[in-house]
Amino acid sequence: MTVRDDASQTDVRMDDDPRLRPEREAVVGSAGRRRGPGRGERLMVPRAEFRSYYGLPVLNEPTWEAHDIAGYLFLGGLAGASSTLAAAAELTGRPHLARAGKVGAVCALGGSMYALIHDLGRPERFVNMLRVLKVTSPMSVGTWILTVYGPQAGLAALTSVTGRFPRLGRIAALGAALTGPAVATYTAVLVSDTAVPVWHDAHRELPLLFAGSAVASAGALGLLAAPLEETGPARRAVLVGVVTEYAAAKLMERRLGPLVAEPLKRGRGGLLMRLGEALSLTGALVSQTAGRRSRGAAALAGAAVLAGSICVRFGVFQAGMASARDPKYTVEPQRARLGEESHP
Amino acid sequence: MAFDLDRGLAETQDPAASSGYPDPPERMGFFTDTSVCIGCKACEVACKEWNAVPEDGLNFTAMSYDNTVGLGADTWRHVAFVEQPRGLGGQESGLTVVDVPGPTVERAHTRTPVSLGMPASGPGDGQVGGVPDMDFRWLMASDVCKHCTHAACLDVCPTGALFRTEFGSVVVQEDVCNGCGYCVPACPFGVIGKREDDGRAWKCTLCYDRLGVGQEPACAKTCPTDSIQFGEVEELRERAARRLAQLHDAGVGSARLYGHDPDDGVGGTGSIFLLLDEPEVYGLPPDPVVTTRDLPSMWRHAAVAAGALLAVLAAVSWGSRR
Repeated sequence: MTVRDDASQTDVRMDDDPRLRPEREAVVGSAGRRRGPGRGERLMVPRAEFRSYYGLPVLNEPTWEAHDIAGYLFLGGLAGASSTLAAAAELTGRPHLARAGKVGAVCALGGSMYALIHDLGRPERFVNMLRVLKVTSPMSVGTWILTVYGPQAGLAALTSVTGRFPRLGRIAALGAALTGPAVATYTAVLVSDTAVPVWHDAHRELPLLFAGSAVASAGALGLLAAPLEETGPARRAVLVGVVTEYAAAKLMERRLGPLVAEPLKRGRGGLLMRLGEALSLTGALVSQTAGRRSRGAAALAGAAVLAGSICVRFGVFQAGMASARDPKYTVEPQRARLGEESHP
Repeated sequence: MAFDLDRGLAETQDPAASSGYPDPPERMGFFTDTSVCIGCKACEVACKEWNAVPEDGLNFTAMSYDNTVGLGADTWRHVAFVEQPRGLGGQESGLTVVDVPGPTVERAHTRTPVSLGMPASGPGDGQVGGVPDMDFRWLMASDVCKHCTHAACLDVCPTGALFRTEFGSVVVQEDVCNGCGYCVPACPFGVIGKREDDGRAWKCTLCYDRLGVGQEPACAKTCPTDSIQFGEVEELRERAARRLAQLHDAGVGSARLYGHDPDDGVGGTGSIFLLLDEPEVYGLPPDPVVTTRDLPSMWRHAAVAAGALLAVLAAVSWGSRR
């Protein structure tokens, strides 16, 4: 059987005419119309199955370690809200609750600083964070918030424990109380300001979730460390915090829609979220009942709420990581968005 | 300038000018025409050689000829290989059977083929008179940093290690980067990565050191088919549009441009691509958006939450005696 090359002419220019454009003008598949109907045409309806490059993620997965960054999300919230609760307790004549809050805040702050610096690829270059202040970088803003907050929280705790310079201590406590809420909530912006689908798309609800979780954990610390006659504000903080945390989480799931909310419901993220909610709600319930009468029950409730808050922060973190790992959470919402634009 | 959020996020088209360069040169970038990519990976090699990018695994990935998987700290050019059971535009094998007398062909159709125990090659099913079309195409595309007009990595970098060059490209200063890793999840294209043993973030620099002395980037210089073209972004956009029209005229309806539109979610990219399928097939996001576009809204929500936190803790403390 003899086979002849029917289309020996190709469109690749082999000559070196200097007047020609430098790039090749090879026209792929220029042999004319294909036989047979419809081949090579663009589909008019969207594909049911989303497509990807060998199932590989579109995004590069965050390099943040869970125990550092998710841990910091919790510790930062605990520190910030504890400072605020401590100052309020001091001003309303609850010295034990105030001291617990101040000491708790400075310990949580210490843990935060360790986690943040430990997570850096070049920890010795931590001070490079102080080269600039960029409002477009929540991490830069957060560094400066911590720089303002940290010394005040430290001073408040030191004067409270030593009993020296009470006036200075009060000023520092008030300063820490006013910057604390920023410490507790900016972390939501920190994670939201990424391309990670779960974190970014939840940018409206995450600050509320983190604020609720922070209030609950500060209250829980008060329940653990303060005597019963002073735990009134802590108990109420736990209730409001846990309810806010729960409501914000539900709101967030609804906002994300069935697909992107999946990592918050399934897998490691889902497990942590469910566990966190259960612990927080149980702790809040115990704190409002047996926790009013028994110091032990109050401490138990406090521990449960703290554990719940940790679980929720780790849950949000892990859900975000899972959403970065699977291309469908990146591609499908973007495809849907493009579809809406072309068919309004 | 760092304080001016609106200016930082403004919809400007000349990134160098909006970054404060008083009289910047033309914005430079790439046009990667994947329709002429032959998958030789010379760009990957040239990039590694010139920029001294470390080896990152000589692996068999089972993903066609791809063994670098994707862009990251140690892969600044990545050639994707996609195999599809689909023709490429109007491409035909161009093979037809000739010189066989008509009666022979006629008789061949009536005969029952007998197996000679040979492995099958050529037309099966006893077919004579034509070679069936290969319904197969091989898409190859060299991916690179997009050097976005609105670059999320640059926006979120807390140390100022990432900066905008006078050419409009985005470059990491390795002597400033402290490895916080924020740029990694901020990039909507999954370009920048953190080198684990080194601790810092690395990505394509558009060969900033070569540009300064009038040289083109190593990948564009080495590309044997001019699939990677380097030039002024404005001119490349026109060139890309012309090439697209040429391919559409030739019946390659699946050709489309990517990153050319200044009105997209990242304000257009400095690296424009001509693709032959949907972006996600090459591992690219179909509608990338710079995350900092929503940052003002994020700060507003956080401010409300912080205010609520303060109010709630005040209320629970002063609200009741107990």
